[in-house]
Amino acid sequence: MISSQKFIEQLQADGFGFFTGVPCSLLSGLFAVLENQSDVPYIPAVREDAGVGLCAGAYLGGKLPVLLMQNSGIGYCLNAFTSLNLIYKLPVLVIMSWRGYGGNDAPEHIVMGDINEKILETAGLPHAVLTADNERDVMRTALETIKGEELPFTLLIKKGTFDERH
Amino acid sequence: MNGTEAIRTVMSLVDDAAVVHANGYICRESFQVGDREPNFYMIGSMGLASSIGLGVAMSRPGKKVIVLDGDGNLLMSMGNLAMIAAAAPANLLHVVIDNEVYESTGSQKTLSGSVRLEEIARASGYRCAGRASDIETLKRAFGEMLEAAGPAFLLVKVSPSFDPATGRVTHSPEEIKRRFMKAVAG
Repeated sequence: MISSQKFIEQLQADGFGFFTGVPCSLLSGLFAVLENQSDVPYIPAVREDAGVGLCAGAYLGGKLPVLLMQNSGIGYCLNAFTSLNLIYKLPVLVIMSWRGYGGNDAPEHIVMGDINEKILETAGLPHAVLTADNERDVMRTALETIKGEELPFTLLIKKGTFDERH
Repeated sequence: MNGTEAIRTVMSLVDDAAVVHANGYICRESFQVGDREPNFYMIGSMGLASSIGLGVAMSRPGKKVIVLDGDGNLLMSMGNLAMIAAAAPANLLHVVIDNEVYESTGSQKTLSGSVRLEEIARASGYRCAGRASDIETLKRAFGEMLEAAGPAFLLVKVSPSFDPATGRVTHSPEEIKRRFMKAVAG
């Protein structure tokens, strides 16, 4: 398991300075850190695509942005990713919970849980599943994609990856 | 006052402010009126001009940021009004050019003829909100809001004026980004 506290601290050390998102219970530990730590600039987004817009603006203003969301928000974001981030080259680190993984979840998560990886693949959005074991390698790839290629990178988060406070 | 006159008036008063332009008619018309480096032309991602503007305003608190929005864009993401009001950036001025139609797709009606958008902004918690329906009022209200602490909201009621012959923004999206980032940095 990855410590939410340490993960956010590492993101700050890596240069990320703007956080927004729409909550998910799988990411509740990360949200708790963001809400309770006054040195971390965090603003709740009303919907996932609004979060994409906020992050785009923050990057234009000189901050490296992070967007936290549940995979159920992908649909709202696709137009933003394809007609904003991918064509202007506006990077963002997306931390996306993978509800419905393996078909084992509440009914509303099953369909998206089955296709979220394919959607990211089809849209040309770089992504990787983050685990406690591959954290260092995956984050290196994510940072290269974000800082080097100026593209969004999505970390897919399965249940139990982070400590949860829900 | 038509849309072109409103955009011309607003852009003559922005000084060196960063301006985020909503997609469609607004981008194209403003580009035609006068291209400038601190203009971010949002050519796609309809609905996101206000959230992009909020992100810029929060990351550059010393810089005046103007969102040049449209009624269609605003109606698509009304939740952004709450987000802006809650974040309350003093440097953000939200201007909505309201022609009551989706003009660049053939002037289909929006809902802004029957919904008072500036009242929604006020109720959301913008520090000030108003409307202008003629050029003199627009000049005065915009000038006042540009000086005042935001977030401020100005609804500009206009008649449609889009000329389909108006060209598209000719810079590539990456160029638009690079110029804008350079202009708002430092």
